[in-house]
Amino acid sequence: MAHNLGTSPDEVQFRFRDDEPVDHGTVTVDSALEQTNANAVRIEPGDDARLLLPFLDRLALVEVNFPSFGDGRGYSAARILREAGYAGELRAVGQVLIDQLSHMRRCGFDSFAPDKRLDEEDALRAFATWENVYQRAADRRATIADKRHEA
Amino acid sequence: MYKYDQYDQAMVDARVEEFRDQARRRLEGKLTEDQFKPLRLMNGLYLQLHAYMLRVAIPYGTLNSRQMEALADIAEKYDRGYGHFTTRQNIQYNWIKLEDAADILADLATVEMHAIQTSGNCIRNISADHFAGAAADEIIDPRPYAELMRQWSSFHPEFTYLPRKFKIAVIGSETDRAAMRLHDIGIRIVRRASDSGAEVGAQFFAGGGMGRTPMIAPLIRDFVPLDQLITYAEACLRVYNRYGRRDNKYKARIKILVHELGAAEYTRQVEEEFAHMLSVGVEPPHEELARIAEYFAPPAFVDGPKTLDRSDPDFALWVDRNTHRHKHDAYVSAVISLKPAGGIPGDATADQMRLMARLAKQYSFDELRVMHTQNVLLPHVRIADLHAVWTALEEAGLGSPNMDTIEDIIACPGLDYCSLANARSIPLAQRISERFAQSGRTEIVGELKLKISGCINACGHHHAGHIGILGVDKKGTENYQLSLGGSEAEDVSLAKITGPGFDEDGVIAAVEKVTDVYLAARADGERFLDTYRRIGMEPFKEALYGA
Repeated sequence: MAHNLGTSPDEVQFRFRDDEPVDHGTVTVDSALEQTNANAVRIEPGDDARLLLPFLDRLALVEVNFPSFGDGRGYSAARILREAGYAGELRAVGQVLIDQLSHMRRCGFDSFAPDKRLDEEDALRAFATWENVYQRAADRRATIADKRHEA
Repeated sequence: MYKYDQYDQAMVDARVEEFRDQARRRLEGKLTEDQFKPLRLMNGLYLQLHAYMLRVAIPYGTLNSRQMEALADIAEKYDRGYGHFTTRQNIQYNWIKLEDAADILADLATVEMHAIQTSGNCIRNISADHFAGAAADEIIDPRPYAELMRQWSSFHPEFTYLPRKFKIAVIGSETDRAAMRLHDIGIRIVRRASDSGAEVGAQFFAGGGMGRTPMIAPLIRDFVPLDQLITYAEACLRVYNRYGRRDNKYKARIKILVHELGAAEYTRQVEEEFAHMLSVGVEPPHEELARIAEYFAPPAFVDGPKTLDRSDPDFALWVDRNTHRHKHDAYVSAVISLKPAGGIPGDATADQMRLMARLAKQYSFDELRVMHTQNVLLPHVRIADLHAVWTALEEAGLGSPNMDTIEDIIACPGLDYCSLANARSIPLAQRISERFAQSGRTEIVGELKLKISGCINACGHHHAGHIGILGVDKKGTENYQLSLGGSEAEDVSLAKITGPGFDEDGVIAAVEKVTDVYLAARADGERFLDTYRRIGMEPFKEALYGA
């Protein structure tokens, strides 16, 4: 399949999965809806992630692009996919910065391909910023309220 | 009031360390100013005309004496000895150094305070009725719900890069003292009859706001059960995060989305998302609300005298103007005016803060509230103690008897501080309050809410003023548009512009003329706003612009 779009495994700086990454490029959401064999898709900020829900079984990689770090639609896209049971790789690409990492992780991203490589030490510290969390999210972590009321 | 447990404290401490690290990376050049800006904003740090400004969150306006003292210490240690209380129940320091910011946040954390999400395109500090837990007309204390939402909205992973800022207010009375329907989401906690007697839930309004396109939030759901409150809010936010406009920052607030979709379509989308979210299970365990509510149990009120000695006319006037009916008939809520005639609305010196803290400790169960009108409240004062409280306030220049009068002006910082402003707000407020105080007209005119914004962003709530003033830039000079008939209360309405604007002297004269028309036309018991609504704009226009 043509490497027409998206990031290659080499560009992934952080990955929290053990399976083999998809070794080819992604297609647009529109193409994915037409090509019944596409297993790697790229979501742009304006795309409706829910269009992919009927095809989640066949997807192994979804890239969510952040052309600008201030555009937070990708966080919703990620959670929507995880809430629907998507278990494949969910990769944040584009302007992925240190201070977005912990929130992205909470929304279900499990791989990160920033367009500019991040300082490893700063990034690892950022992933570990929140020892506890207030909200239920895609990472399924027990929340502070859950811990307060553990039987 | 609410107290942090080890989790809340750890979250705030983690945030301080995170910010310290961000500031370090900025200084090392690892973060560009563009990348750093939203991070510092989400910690309350703005770059203004002359210096950095730090906005400290006071969740739903509630604080204790220790916290107020800490605010005084910060004013002295890091600023010029004063602070400015805001319309969203926060405090701002206007002369902050960037290199001190992390230390200030650390100081705040020692008293369970922070500056989290007081700016930026995220869910801002939750505001509430400043008389919560005290007002005689209250149906349900809104603070536990506000606290539940504070926790939910803090560091929300999905809603930290929204199209634009997002403000939520919660009330629990028919009377609206929080401008609830002028918020992105307004919530009224209500009680309705049910099979088991009475059931408590939340009414949701969405898509209100001021700014350049003022809108009153329509009702989108009449009753959200309490064990679905967070889930419903989450659905409202998700629809906004996905579909709010991002192409134009002036059209990015939720009010534009709700307006463009129509309230019915926005509601439909929210309901669909809500149904989905219910199946996902994002609601905190219901015991959490009960845990929080315990902190807001009423203090141990004791019976006492219900009447007072009114022989001192100055004291009697202050009691009539600045106290509010309390649930317990031996108590009142006492408003500390931060609007001395000729003063800067909302400013308080460190010494004044310390005095307010002392009075709270001695006379008000250690509790203070910041009011959205930029005043401070002692929520629970025994009627028997009122004279002592008033005497202390008078001595500190905090005893102005002017709540809800024309001297009780809401004004934004304006061109004296703000880099967005087109015109100054503060000097205008000072001159108007001085003029009305000196002429004795304040008392004659009675309730009249005057609100001044120095630019179209409307931080001074001019759209919601009985009289509103908007500063604009007219070919390089400051010009002021006058508007009439706004209200932020339960009778919410948006003010209408009278006509061409005025210069500074002209707009002050115009305010006087407008009150002339009111005084000549008012019927018994009518407030300015009532008369305006009865007689309409024309008589005012005629007086202002002639034939």
